[in-house]
Amino acid sequence: MSDPFGEDPQAAKARRGRSIAIAVSLAVFVVIVFVITLIKKGGG
Amino acid sequence: MTEQSVIEVARAPMAATWRDYLSLMKPRVMSLVVLTAVTGLVCAHVAMSPVLAAVAILCIALGAGGSAALNMGYDADIDALMRRTRGRAVPAGRVQRADAMALGVVLSLFSVGIMTLAANVLAATLLAFTIFFYAVVYTRWLKRRTAQNIVIGGLAGALPPVVGWAAASGAAPLQAWLLAAIIFVWTPPHFWALSLYTSEDYARAGVPMMPVTAGAASTRRQILGYSLVLAPLGLTPAFVGLGGAVYLAVAAVGGIGFVVLGWRLARSRAGESGEVRVSDDALYDVRAGAKTARNLFAYSILYLFALFTTLLVEHLLGVGPLSLAG
Repeated sequence: MSDPFGEDPQAAKARRGRSIAIAVSLAVFVVIVFVITLIKKGGG
Repeated sequence: MTEQSVIEVARAPMAATWRDYLSLMKPRVMSLVVLTAVTGLVCAHVAMSPVLAAVAILCIALGAGGSAALNMGYDADIDALMRRTRGRAVPAGRVQRADAMALGVVLSLFSVGIMTLAANVLAATLLAFTIFFYAVVYTRWLKRRTAQNIVIGGLAGALPPVVGWAAASGAAPLQAWLLAAIIFVWTPPHFWALSLYTSEDYARAGVPMMPVTAGAASTRRQILGYSLVLAPLGLTPAFVGLGGAVYLAVAAVGGIGFVVLGWRLARSRAGESGEVRVSDDALYDVRAGAKTARNLFAYSILYLFALFTTLLVEHLLGVGPLSLAG
C-alpha cells in the first residue's frame, strides 16, 4: 500500500515517532489526573 | 535577520523526531531547575504524598520546558544568526516555529493545571508567573532591549525553589526566597562569563548582552562584583536554620573559589579577542584568551549544583541546621 501522505520513509518514521510520543503523553496525562484524584479523595 | 535565515526558519519540518521536540525543552537547564525545586520542596519539611511531590516536581520541570519551547520558538530568528544556537531544532528547520510555540503553550497549561490539582493554588500561581516571566518578560521584552536582560530575567530561573517550597507547604517563607536570591545573584556572573566568549554571536544577532554594550572590561569587573556578593550570600542558609555544617563548609570553599576565579577573570583580557571557540558546539573548548571566562562559566554550574545538592542531602538525611540560626 502506498503512503497516502507521499512521504519518504524517514519522514514517515519521524511522524510515527511523534504520533506515539503524543499518544504516550496523553495516556500519562490521564493516569496522572486519575492518581491525583485517588490520592486526594483518599485524604492521602 | 537575513533572508536566508527567514527561509530556514519557515521551512517545513519533514523529519522532526521526538528528540527534536525534547531538545526544545532545554533538558540541561531543566535538570538544574528540578534540583533547585526539589531542594525547596524537601526543605519545607511538610509531610506530602510522595506521588503528589513527584507530580509537583514534574509540573515544575514541564513548566520550565514549556517556557523554554516558547523561548526557542520566539528567538528562532536570532538563534539562526548565532554559531552556538543555529543548530537548534527551529533555526535548523527541523521543527516549525509555530509547533515549538504550540508545544510551549500546551506544556505551560498542562503544568499549571496539574500543579493546581496536585499541590495548591499558590504553587500553581508561582509556576504560571515563572513561565510568564521567562517567556514574555525576559524573552519578548528584555532580551533584545537591555543589557540588564539576564539580570532581571534571572528571576525566572531563581523561582523554582520557591515553587517547590510552596507546593509542599502552601506558603512561600523568607527562607525559600533566600534560596531564590542565591540563584538570582548567581545568574549574571554565570551568563556573562559565557557571553564574554560568545559576544561575537550576540553582536551579530543584535542582542545587547553586557560585553556587547558595555565592553569586556566592564563585564569582567561586574562579574567580580557579583561574585563578591554571591560568596557571602551563599553562606546565609546556614545562619537562618536551613543549612548545616557541611553546607557551610561547601558554601565557604565554593564561594572562595568563585571569587578567586572572578578575580582571575577580572585581571585577564577575556572577551577582547575575536572568535575564541574551537567549533560551533565547543562550549568549553576555547582558545587561550578566553579560558578564564570559560573556567568561571563551568565552575559556576558546579558551584550551584554543589550548594543545592548539599542542602538537599542534609535535609534528606535529617542533618540539623547549625545552632547559629536565630
